[in-house]
Amino acid sequence: MSYATSLYLTAAEIGLSITALVLLLLAAWNGDRSARLLTIIAVAALVGAAIFSIGLFDRSASEVAGRAFGDLYRADAFGSFGKVLIYLASAAVLIVTPRFFTQLGGYRAEYPVLMLFNAVGMGIMVSATDLMTLYIGLEMSSLSSYVLASFLRQDDRSSEAGLKYFVLGALASGIILYGVSLVYGFTGSTNYDGIRAAFALDFSTGALFGVVFVLAGVAFKISAVPFHMWTPDVYEGAPTPVTAFFASAPKVAAMGVLVRIAMDPFAGEVDAWRQIIIFAALASIVVGALGAIGQQNLKRLLAYSSINNVGFILIGLAAATAAGVASVLTYLTIYVAMVIGSFTALLMLRDPAGQNLETFADIAGLSTRRPALAWCLLVLMFSLAGIPPLFGFWGKFVVFQAAVQADLVALAAIGIAASVIGAFYYLKFIKVMFFDEPTRDVETSSPVSHWAVLGVCVAILSPLGYLLTIPLGEWTAQAAASFVAAM
Amino acid sequence: MIQTIAFYLFAALVIASAVMVIMSRNPVHSVLWLILAFFNAAGLMVLVGAEFIAALMVIVYVGAVAVLFLFVVMMLDIDFAELRAGFIKNFPLGIAIALVLAAELIFGIGAYQAGRIDLGVASGAAAPILGESNTASIGAVLYRDYIFLFEAAGLILLVAMVGAIVLTHRKRPDGARGQQDITRQVRRNPDEATVMKQPEVGRGVEL
Repeated sequence: MSYATSLYLTAAEIGLSITALVLLLLAAWNGDRSARLLTIIAVAALVGAAIFSIGLFDRSASEVAGRAFGDLYRADAFGSFGKVLIYLASAAVLIVTPRFFTQLGGYRAEYPVLMLFNAVGMGIMVSATDLMTLYIGLEMSSLSSYVLASFLRQDDRSSEAGLKYFVLGALASGIILYGVSLVYGFTGSTNYDGIRAAFALDFSTGALFGVVFVLAGVAFKISAVPFHMWTPDVYEGAPTPVTAFFASAPKVAAMGVLVRIAMDPFAGEVDAWRQIIIFAALASIVVGALGAIGQQNLKRLLAYSSINNVGFILIGLAAATAAGVASVLTYLTIYVAMVIGSFTALLMLRDPAGQNLETFADIAGLSTRRPALAWCLLVLMFSLAGIPPLFGFWGKFVVFQAAVQADLVALAAIGIAASVIGAFYYLKFIKVMFFDEPTRDVETSSPVSHWAVLGVCVAILSPLGYLLTIPLGEWTAQAAASFVAAM
Repeated sequence: MIQTIAFYLFAALVIASAVMVIMSRNPVHSVLWLILAFFNAAGLMVLVGAEFIAALMVIVYVGAVAVLFLFVVMMLDIDFAELRAGFIKNFPLGIAIALVLAAELIFGIGAYQAGRIDLGVASGAAAPILGESNTASIGAVLYRDYIFLFEAAGLILLVAMVGAIVLTHRKRPDGARGQQDITRQVRRNPDEATVMKQPEVGRGVEL
């Protein structure tokens, strides 16, 4: 394995890092005046990195060819799929960001730089095939997330969100590191292949502790119950575009880490981790559905909704089959479209003075003031609830199908039952928009960029999305095959 | 034999001082116990023959902890007069710790002379690199095998720095007190910067 090949395989991350460094210099020279220009360059870089990752997708089918730097990093189909999602989600969030901060006067040139570094970290995470690479990627992504959460530093809620996220995130990192040290101690290797080989020989109680600690730490990052407590507070306090980001790209990255770690190094110990995943899945679905019912703040509501969705994604992982992994990726793709769409719509809700609106009282009677936006939100909410003609249904369908095929019928049944509870607050959202009396004025126009992002998301989620089922099925199956080769 | 005695001495002191780090009420004392813990951990490293890492432990951790110490002292309102008040009372304890450290030095050097503890070979994939000095091996592993992680860790430090500046840096308004305009300073010339006066005897100067 030559360095040239390794550098080529990691070119997306290297390119993004170099762009971020150049942007950092530009930010230092030109100050915050150039923030918008830097945002545009960052979006272009992210889209370029996504296109490059698509290029790697097919090439990585030959397994050995995808390994970089002595198997610290693997550019396989799974990693490429995750990276395309991550980079596109980050780019979409960056597009809708500047307007929010311009209103509050807090947009600074470092924002796109931190987003780029975050994307680099997430890219490393999904491709990591060594526990050290995993930790480095995780820290790079987390550290920039903490700063982004408290980016509106004159706002108390934003600072509080950043501090909470930092303290609990550091705790989760510590838990992961402790688990990593146990796994390394019992296997003598941090490489995924080495760990799998060592576990095949001997899987002791100490190693089981290591596995549990690593899974618990990652469960924190995907905000699965019982490690979800930070989510509503951080999502509510962080600036709305940052919340949109937290709910999309880092979730994909952390889920990618969880899937890879469960299906590669711990693939031989399915019995050991399956019950943990099943518990987390069911608890997340129930807590996400019940917790959202009493919420008045829409960002908090969407936070519980994301906890709920993580539960469904974990059902696919609990199947521990190739079909399960493919269903996780399908669900993640649809989930990202739903989350970005919902938060973009939320960003377009402003009163005439330009203040962002974020409670149920504010969206009452929205259908008379902003019919187009209300109908888009209707599509998004029905899709989140999993109502059939919309594409959100397909994600839930493949996940439950994978679970049933893996003889987890009870799990699938409870999941379906709980998704009915979850439908309640999505329907409440629609009822308030369409049937309540309007109580306040809203801004009547939104910029084209927001409409473009929202339009793409809604188009994917509309029944048109079913045109994607066949290619999406092929891509996810190919990505899932990255692990089956190892199993 | 001497290695075993030295090992248990160092290990027991690492644990004891780690317990004291979290047990002592005074943060300054905590930091001092932490330094003791690091010194003993460095001693353990010497015992297994990793003298380079031992030196790093002392330089980086103890050095960094000295900075941490400084921060604690700067940020907290600590009454130093009160701290010194117990000097006589704590004198025996201080002497005891000094004796233990001296014993550690003797045992440590003795154990190092007697050869390192053999840890055996790890069961995993990583084969030990033999035939080179520790420092050369670490350099080779760090800059050849783990160059990707090394550079990425550098980026993390950059992110931390950018983050700290983003969250704390405030732009002062133009013309604020203490602001330095270097161009203006440089462009001043002696003619306009100095005034010649010839004061009369017994009278002051009016400027």
